[in-house]
Amino acid sequence: MNIHEYQGKALLKEHGVPVLEGVHCTTVEQALAAYDSLGSKVVAVKSQIHAGGRGKGNLYAPESRDLVMEGGVKIAFSKEEVQTYATNILGNILVTIQTGEAGKLVRNLYVESGCDIAHEYYLAILVDRENKSVLIMASTEGGMDIEHVAETTPEKIHKISVDPNAGLLGYQKRDLGLALGLTGAAHKAFSKALTAMYGMFVSSDCAMLEINPLVRTADDEIVALDAKVSFDENAEFRHKNWDELRDLSEEEEVEIRAKETGLSYVKLDGNIGCLVNGAGLAMATMDVIKLYGGEPANFLDVGGGANEEQVKTAFSIILEDPNVKGILVNIFGGIMRCDIIARGVIAATEALSLDVPLVVRLAGTNVDQGKAILAKSTLNIHPADDLAEGAQKIVELIGGGN
Amino acid sequence: MAIWVEENAKLLVQGITGKQGMFHADKMVEYGTNIVGGCTPGKGGQTVELQGRTFPVWDSMFDAIKATDADATVIYVPPPFAAEAIMEAADAFDAVKGEGVVVCITEGIPTLDMVRAVAFVENRPGVRLIGPNCPGIITPGEKGGAKIGIMPGHIHAKGRIGIVSKSGTLTYEAVAQTMSIGEGQSTCVGIGGDPVNGTGFIECLAAFQADDQTEAIVMIGEIGGNAEQEAAAWAAENVTKPIVGFVAGATAPPGKRMGHAGAIISGGKGTAEEKFAAFEAAGIACAKDPSELGAVLLESLKAAGLR
Repeated sequence: MNIHEYQGKALLKEHGVPVLEGVHCTTVEQALAAYDSLGSKVVAVKSQIHAGGRGKGNLYAPESRDLVMEGGVKIAFSKEEVQTYATNILGNILVTIQTGEAGKLVRNLYVESGCDIAHEYYLAILVDRENKSVLIMASTEGGMDIEHVAETTPEKIHKISVDPNAGLLGYQKRDLGLALGLTGAAHKAFSKALTAMYGMFVSSDCAMLEINPLVRTADDEIVALDAKVSFDENAEFRHKNWDELRDLSEEEEVEIRAKETGLSYVKLDGNIGCLVNGAGLAMATMDVIKLYGGEPANFLDVGGGANEEQVKTAFSIILEDPNVKGILVNIFGGIMRCDIIARGVIAATEALSLDVPLVVRLAGTNVDQGKAILAKSTLNIHPADDLAEGAQKIVELIGGGN
Repeated sequence: MAIWVEENAKLLVQGITGKQGMFHADKMVEYGTNIVGGCTPGKGGQTVELQGRTFPVWDSMFDAIKATDADATVIYVPPPFAAEAIMEAADAFDAVKGEGVVVCITEGIPTLDMVRAVAFVENRPGVRLIGPNCPGIITPGEKGGAKIGIMPGHIHAKGRIGIVSKSGTLTYEAVAQTMSIGEGQSTCVGIGGDPVNGTGFIECLAAFQADDQTEAIVMIGEIGGNAEQEAAAWAAENVTKPIVGFVAGATAPPGKRMGHAGAIISGGKGTAEEKFAAFEAAGIACAKDPSELGAVLLESLKAAGLR
């Protein structure tokens, strides 16, 4: 789960990480009032969306798609400039390297005081799957695309792995600060900020905490100038405040609805809807559709023990996508019984008066009963014995690939 | 022989009095798994009925292992308490007998809980953790066998193919594929789809390589991380038995989590393409479609003079 920069900074501040004064705004009027209240001659006017690359992104008008402004993060030197930038940002579409061509509608803005930057650093905390531990990465090359730095000058990225039994140790913070070339007051400030960031990462169950840039000011202070924070959704049960931080407008509405009914759904660009049990098999089903010349319209995992109602919801979610020209159901029954799935499929196709071709592949527990139920139905359901046959059939039925 | 759990292994069930725990414990007894009891804090002294037989329940894993000399435990405990259940089991196995297998089925455990739990288990070298977020491990026997988890028992048969996979239903698919060419399984291990878990691919490959019963291996991976690449490189140096592989998620878009918490392509890394390439470079025979696993396996067995 991702949150906005302004929310991430509020959390950082709460945990004792220095950030600049800033105001979250949703209107141009608020942005102007923010400029007055901050009392800083120079302010940053920052688009708030759940995607990176905002500074280098471009803003477009939602209807005409005309270019409105280059750059989604602007430095304003006057109230007039704040007005111009806020007007150009709010209500327009920001397209960045991470949003895809469709871009994202900007509804939120952050107006932040300026500061005197001496140097920009990069700092990130994440879970390292390979070492099975928390990893802290830092670099002197802040404000840049870190993946580029990792490729071209890997020696400029410094890493520390935190032993879960010992926690983040003093020498690790010291060494990292020295590796970044920090001395004196700045070194001390860095160590303190790092302790606070690590504390926030652990106590907030973050999946990722990225500060790019983390800056040293002319006064040798260490300040988080940006904040990209995402949470581990598995830990939601112990963080009641996440409900308030969640910006549903940034997430796919249909994916949220699917999640509420216990389904895992991701919309894709193809035209063959998939309904599968198990995440691995659901991915494999998409792959095989593609292998036989089709394009999957979605990832959909109905989980281990779906009931008739969930199957029906799954069908209706798939059919909401106007691109869907056919559906492939692929179930390997373990706990889930094929006869129950067969009944669910029939109930759903009847209730939704399905008018696209449907191929159903059943295997596993009670497969014979399941197949018999489908065979008896008068509905236009095409059976398949294995995944390859199912994929070939559905691609053929919709008249080939895209 | 099989790997890690023999077909008559003595098994405890943590969370045996819960809905999930009881349902699956019943299925395991039905399959023939040698369940010796269960553990639910606060319900010690009670009993549960499974398939018409009565099984004891203990308050603590320490007491349960002391009383039964169990070899393994399987955890059906909800996510908020699952990491602690893993650590309790690991501590008890270590203290009572110095070894044991802990299988955690639970999906949705916070990642940082798993970071702590895995470090805890690693400090107890005799204890092996499988999972979490996995179907479990099964060693099919002549009659019944050790089914430790949620997989459908009836699709398996004792044989010589070792299977290791990150995914549940895709493992069943692989099992069905071995059966389609008349091959059974030595042991099938679901290592789970979470970013931080216990036993990994390499440990499974090493165990299959050392196991007399296993003559060929099926390895099923998915997008995210680089465990498959590392396993492939390791296999190229250390595994002489034929390996057949598949990786799910070739069509997954970057940056989107595909069901499993760990199944996400980040920063262009962890793609299926990358993993297939690593498999091929290591001499692993790849199926581009799981329905072909049987055919590819048959070819590999023939090439190795095993058919």
